[in-house]
Amino acid sequence: MAFLSQKTKEVLFGPLNINNPVVVQVLGICSALAVTVQLKPALVMGIAVTIIVAMANVIISLIRNTIPMRIRIIVQLVVVAALVTLVSEVLKAFAYDVAMQLSVYIGLIITNCILMGRLEAFAMTNKVWDSFLDGLGNGFGYAIILVMVAFVRELFGAGTLLGFRVIPESWYVANGGFYENCGMMMMPAMALIIVGGIIWAHRGLNKEVK
Amino acid sequence: MAQKKFVCSVCGYVHNGDKAPEVCPVCKQSGVFTEVKEKKGLDTNSNAYTIIYAAIIVVIVAVLLALVSQVLSPRQAANKLLDTQKQILVALNQDYSTTDPAALYLSLVNDTIDVNGAPVYVANIEGETKYILKLHGAGLWGGIGGFLALDADKNTIYGINFNHESETPGLGAEIVTEKFRSQFPGKHIKNVAGEVVSVAVLKAGKLAEGQEQVDALSGATITCDGVSTMLATNLAEYAEFLNQVDNVSEANQQREATDVNEENQQREATNVSDSEQEKEE
Repeated sequence: MAFLSQKTKEVLFGPLNINNPVVVQVLGICSALAVTVQLKPALVMGIAVTIIVAMANVIISLIRNTIPMRIRIIVQLVVVAALVTLVSEVLKAFAYDVAMQLSVYIGLIITNCILMGRLEAFAMTNKVWDSFLDGLGNGFGYAIILVMVAFVRELFGAGTLLGFRVIPESWYVANGGFYENCGMMMMPAMALIIVGGIIWAHRGLNKEVK
Repeated sequence: MAQKKFVCSVCGYVHNGDKAPEVCPVCKQSGVFTEVKEKKGLDTNSNAYTIIYAAIIVVIVAVLLALVSQVLSPRQAANKLLDTQKQILVALNQDYSTTDPAALYLSLVNDTIDVNGAPVYVANIEGETKYILKLHGAGLWGGIGGFLALDADKNTIYGINFNHESETPGLGAEIVTEKFRSQFPGKHIKNVAGEVVSVAVLKAGKLAEGQEQVDALSGATITCDGVSTMLATNLAEYAEFLNQVDNVSEANQQREATDVNEENQQREATNVSDSEQEKEE
């Protein structure tokens, strides 16, 4: 299949598992803690990061041969910040509700280590199409972990998923039942513990990851 | 640093240095090196190039963002206005899911009074006058705000709506939910003496003295304290307006009472029990 050669396959699907930005490279942890109390913001954040990392990768890859080496990090940062501001402005104009939900997370995207990491490590030295796939792959790899963490935290912390009640109201102690939400799940520390658990399981299953 | 590149025409070995070596170290042939010129005429590492490049990038980005901002700002302003209108409709307990919110808003809200620079919206619902006050304060991570709808007596809460910038999802952010908001309607913001004392947001089990209260959200103490403080300070700012229901002859006494109220309010914001003792004295 010429459309996806062995290398491009690796670029696109590697970050989902063997080369995952969160559990293997341990990047983007800060936002993984901040937005995973509920599933919905985690999903939106995952999608937003995927789009922005792919777009930034494409732009940096396009201009990679013209960038002066000494200010390359600044140029990357300017591109990312401009893209994020642009997306935020467009959302405010055409999808106000989404923009309000994202409010702080939009700013968090700029500081996400995955973006700078991919721009510096991949887009600076690779062709446009490969860079685009690399951005998509890493974005999805990030989103998967976020969704896994948020799933656990929202289910056990609030008894809901995407805002819908999963654990019946009648189970709760307040209503004469036996169940109580786990308050720890709402704390950022618990996100770190869950991420740690995922890393443990992942390395147990993939012996080649060091 | 002006290194030149030489490539061996036999084996392709690249040598970096000032001049070509006599013998290729890889294939041991002599006189086979040719200099490789940089593909571009520009040296991308020179100071001049770096400065010009930075300037151009910044100008392009600035122009692009300014342009986008200009083009989109009318739409954004319209969205913001609509959002305010929707929030006021929520405070007025109106369901706008099946109708056009802007039209519904215009049919209900028919006047805006300016009180010391803060707007008070006047609405008419089924023949009854409602006053809507704008609230603003601080939560845990950022600003919180909202709209408080009062009955014509300027005492009974008709409805309330909260918004927040960045409270914790699942904890502080729950102040916007129906479950929290529905505690407010029917509560009174004045005490028996007619002084504006606001409504306290307290942990279940605690009792407020001299004012009515609603239950705080568990796990969101600071946000709920913020809501409580916001209500107290904002209502104190509106106190003069809120006291205007009384007779004109009492206006002077009323004004004095207002001043005392404001002091009480401020103390209450920090320590409820202190101000209570003050009143008893």
